[in-house]
Amino acid sequence: MELFPGGHLSRRQFLAGTGAAAAGLSLFPSSTWSYEAAKLNFYNWDTYIGETTLKDFTEVSGINVKMDLFSENDELFAKLKAGNPGYDLIVPSSDYVERMILADMLMPLDNSAIPNRSNIQDSFLDVSFDPGRKFSLPYMWGTMGVGYRKSKMDGIPDSWKWLFDSDRHKGKCALLSEASDVLGAVFKYMGYSVNTKDPKIIKDAEKLLINQKPNIKVFAPDNGQDLLLSGEVDITMEWNGDILQAMEEDPDISYVVPNEGSIVWEDALAIPRGAPHPRNAHRFINFLLEAEAGAKIAEFIQYATPNMAAKQLMPANYINNPAIYPSEQTLSSCESAVYLGADVVRLYEEAWSRVLAA
Amino acid sequence: MKSARNHKLAFWLTFCPPTLWMLIFLLVPILIIGIFSFSAKQGLVDISASWVLDNHIRAFDPVYLSVFFKSIGIAALTTLICFLIGFPVAIGIASAPKSWKPVLLMIVVLPFWVNLLIRTYALIAVFRTRGFFNFSLEWVANLFGIPFEPLTLLYNDAAVILGLVYIHLPFMILPLYAGFEGFNKSLLEAASDLGAQQFKIITAIVLPIMAPSIISGCILVFIPALGSFLTPELLGGPSSQMIANVIERQFLAANDWPFGSALSMMLIYLTFGALALRYFWLRRRNFSSTENKP
Repeated sequence: MELFPGGHLSRRQFLAGTGAAAAGLSLFPSSTWSYEAAKLNFYNWDTYIGETTLKDFTEVSGINVKMDLFSENDELFAKLKAGNPGYDLIVPSSDYVERMILADMLMPLDNSAIPNRSNIQDSFLDVSFDPGRKFSLPYMWGTMGVGYRKSKMDGIPDSWKWLFDSDRHKGKCALLSEASDVLGAVFKYMGYSVNTKDPKIIKDAEKLLINQKPNIKVFAPDNGQDLLLSGEVDITMEWNGDILQAMEEDPDISYVVPNEGSIVWEDALAIPRGAPHPRNAHRFINFLLEAEAGAKIAEFIQYATPNMAAKQLMPANYINNPAIYPSEQTLSSCESAVYLGADVVRLYEEAWSRVLAA
Repeated sequence: MKSARNHKLAFWLTFCPPTLWMLIFLLVPILIIGIFSFSAKQGLVDISASWVLDNHIRAFDPVYLSVFFKSIGIAALTTLICFLIGFPVAIGIASAPKSWKPVLLMIVVLPFWVNLLIRTYALIAVFRTRGFFNFSLEWVANLFGIPFEPLTLLYNDAAVILGLVYIHLPFMILPLYAGFEGFNKSLLEAASDLGAQQFKIITAIVLPIMAPSIISGCILVFIPALGSFLTPELLGGPSSQMIANVIERQFLAANDWPFGSALSMMLIYLTFGALALRYFWLRRRNFSSTENKP
């Protein structure tokens, strides 16, 4: 399945660089890294970097960045699982950072090479999916919530009820199509944790969704914003950044995190094992965490940055936008998804297959 | 002239490339999927070939069987509609003036020049609530002063079948056209001279003679339609998942390659089953037609 642009990376190309003789200048005395060609292979999400970020970095460092794109964490994981095809820097979401640490697929970071780590907000440096932040650093974060067309609502749809337990928007509502995202939100609606493992509760969530199915137009594979823009649906479950992009195009569209709480996500920068240019990757991470570079990215992609120095450079309409930075109260009701183990993942997927087949 | 059979070099040169191709790109991948399907997951990344039947047994769970039956139903309906449209179109092209034929065939093949994903998105732009089809209807309705409510055309099973018919129609038309080209038209004249009605001519003469082409066309449509992934993913509604969508989820979201492989093997068995039916049918037919010869 090659839905994304960008060709395959040639292994030989990297070996030529890493294996070459020339003892390069080592910034890290303890390092065993050999000379690196001035290249970096970055595997990133689509529309997830500043317009000039890669060029700016090349100007400062002389390192050429080649960026390939992925559209789902699963795709990233599946591609690296059989061995790193040559990527130096990847951007997995928090639960996938955890999976990849468990599977020994990530390289520990050398914090001494990333002085801009001090720009990161403290709360992001102590996280359950990567204790002590040994393998990853935060890139951007956000929430999952409800995108809606204001003119078609009575008031703000600030409850999951309108999507999971009501025929108010029959035939005009969409849900996401990943089992863990949808079930996580249903658990929240039912008053449980996003990371519920109890088979009985999973079964109840499945029943709730099957009951609601006649009202649902489509399980959208992350294109809810397009469905909203084209008038196909009036209300949809989506990630905040996607709806923010739609809000810029159409002022009648808005976003809310339901009162019951939701999933808060974080995408992290990490270096996969077998990366041919780990030193360049460290330099690039440090560059992304700079104040100015970070602000340029946030400005363009409109996601919340954990980089405090960058946030200070941002205009008020970004910092005060509740769709980017939800209130403390809303945030306290949200949870991040953690990796629940193969057995629970299987329970989720089986429940989801039954929902779709019902 | 030396026959190819005696010319060893020529034989190996023509025999090897396709055989190697089949071996490397068809048999070896199927073999790997086959081995995976009898394997077990070890942790997050590893798979050990432990020769277990669990994955195959799990594939017979009613949920997955119902998805299989639904996929077979959708593929069969797609094949039927393709046949009903493709049959008259193929007759039309075959009986068109000689100078027109290349143009007409070109029109049939033309969509292949555009990527499937892009054609599917184009279908979305045509049939969505605020799409070209509804706009046209609205325009007509306004002409006659009829109140107009846009039709919901996408995100249901009908949209999936429409998409599949659109994509697979050329696979039906081309073999049927080839069959009609070799069809002896004097048989039709003879039949009508002897007093057969139109319908009788089609059922008693055209269909039996055309049967091999019809079956080839049906197989060429049915097999890819059965395993289609993109069309139900993009045009389907909440209940439109087909077996390939379930398989994709096993390989990606569920990270369960052995079970995904077992479901893939079921799909491969179905495909071979369809091909075997065709083979036995053709063999019986050839056998009985030689037997009837004086």
